[in-house]
Amino acid sequence: MTSILKNTSWRSLRVWQRNFDVYLATWKVNFIPPVLEPILYLLAFGLGLGQLVKDVPYNSHQISYLEFIAPGLIATAIMNHGFFETTYASFVRMYYQKTFDAIMSTPLTIEDVVFGEILWGATKSLFAGTIMLVVMFFFGLLSFPLSLWILPISFITGMTFASMGMCFTAIVKNIEMFNFPVFLFITPMFLFSGVFFPLSTLPIWAQYVAWFLPLTFLVSSVRAIGLGSFGMDIFLQLLVLIVLAFICTLLSLSMMKKRLLK
Amino acid sequence: MNNNQEMVRANGLLKKFHNFTAVNKINFSVHKQECFGFLGPNGAGKTTTVRMIYCFLEPSSGELIVLGKNVLHNPRGIKSCIGVCPQENNLDPDLPVWDNLRVFARYFDIVGKEAEIRCEELLHFVGLYAKKNSNVEELSGGMKRRLIIARSLLNKPDLLIMDEPTTGLDPQGKHQVWETIMQLKDQGTTFILTTHYMDEAAHLCDRIVIMDKGEIIMEGKPRELVEKNIGTNVLEIYSANKEIENYIKSKNLNYEKTKTHYYIYIKGGEKELAEISNKFGSEISTLRMANLEDVFLKSTGRELRE
Repeated sequence: MTSILKNTSWRSLRVWQRNFDVYLATWKVNFIPPVLEPILYLLAFGLGLGQLVKDVPYNSHQISYLEFIAPGLIATAIMNHGFFETTYASFVRMYYQKTFDAIMSTPLTIEDVVFGEILWGATKSLFAGTIMLVVMFFFGLLSFPLSLWILPISFITGMTFASMGMCFTAIVKNIEMFNFPVFLFITPMFLFSGVFFPLSTLPIWAQYVAWFLPLTFLVSSVRAIGLGSFGMDIFLQLLVLIVLAFICTLLSLSMMKKRLLK
Repeated sequence: MNNNQEMVRANGLLKKFHNFTAVNKINFSVHKQECFGFLGPNGAGKTTTVRMIYCFLEPSSGELIVLGKNVLHNPRGIKSCIGVCPQENNLDPDLPVWDNLRVFARYFDIVGKEAEIRCEELLHFVGLYAKKNSNVEELSGGMKRRLIIARSLLNKPDLLIMDEPTTGLDPQGKHQVWETIMQLKDQGTTFILTTHYMDEAAHLCDRIVIMDKGEIIMEGKPRELVEKNIGTNVLEIYSANKEIENYIKSKNLNYEKTKTHYYIYIKGGEKELAEISNKFGSEISTLRMANLEDVFLKSTGRELRE
């Protein structure tokens, strides 16, 4: 534990820089899908489902369905971009490309490499959050300037989902095994964390279960900020995610060390 | 600094993986400006040993001092002063040739103009400047190796570690890598090399150790090891039958046998070759100079390793 903290340094930023260089070299490929993604969702749900579901109750007033799901889609993008970066993408760098091995023969430690990857995953969440915010702005679905707070939140909670992803990367034997966390963890969160319907429509027991899913906290706080109904519970919800980020980061550092130094 | 300065010193160095002992209490030291070779069959413990030297693995026990620093206490300090060419190609396929060096230099805090000068210098040195914008995957095996060597020199290392630098290369690629190593040797670089090619060790190394099953079984200069353990010549006989064996025994010769061959280790040997040709036919035997491979096979056994 103390050795993990001692071995993690500012040099993690070198790993971040490496990933950013690669990102810039292929920016068109990296940029277009995240822009299209929210537009497709908004079209499908706005033009399709939105015609059937007129209004949704939120904080004792009615809002349009599109306004309701827009913050949920931002939260989902933050989760996905962080999680998928430190699972599939990090695994490819670690396992197939041996990039981690190469870096570890320089003054960087394993801890620097893994922490740098998590920082990068959180940065991908920030990029995704930013793109989403811009698109939603043009659709007039968020309240500004309060919604700009979603940017720092994207990065901080990106750390949560990126560090969770790194924990899975430390234990999977092959890349196909990521199907387990994706279908048992990410997909259920996408469906049951209040992105598409208010949690209050669920039975009480299911609502309790939903509050065990990290995405529920993010959806709830991003929605409160995005719709301009700022309250103290946002801080508590974000605090949960920050604590989770700390725990998962430390856990993933120690698990990756075991994996790579076996 | 004199040439007896110890660049690496290992005392009772041990590495265990669960119940398997990969390196068993070995001692060795590497001097300044020498090329020191680790030889041994697959699984002998060579790679594990060099991985401990470049702080990729921690020793289970014993002491390992690299460039005056303990690997357990100051891995960052050691890693900033050494260059590593690993066994497998781990160039960055996401980056072109130039960026492979530039990004790697940044890990050593070499940035900006300094990095540019260094990268340019090294690409010229390994003959890859024309390829600077190429994708790494477009390079041949030999070119990739040379790029890895260039990468390992970015920080002007005091010690260069090469783990099987020519494995898998064609003859042209191999000789180009050798030439690069010779040039660096002439510049006074200290090397640690692992290989299972005996010609490579004989060609490049000033001093070698032969490892087997985690232990060092022999140590010395290549030429001296051959003379001490084998003699000057080897008489090979490609037919293993009882009559020949009886003849060899009657002459009291130092020999080894396999399922199909006899190897007689001998000084001179012209007389014996003539006799065997007369008695058993001239097609079945040759006389050649002893080499490091004979020492290696004699000391580690000729059977196939699993």
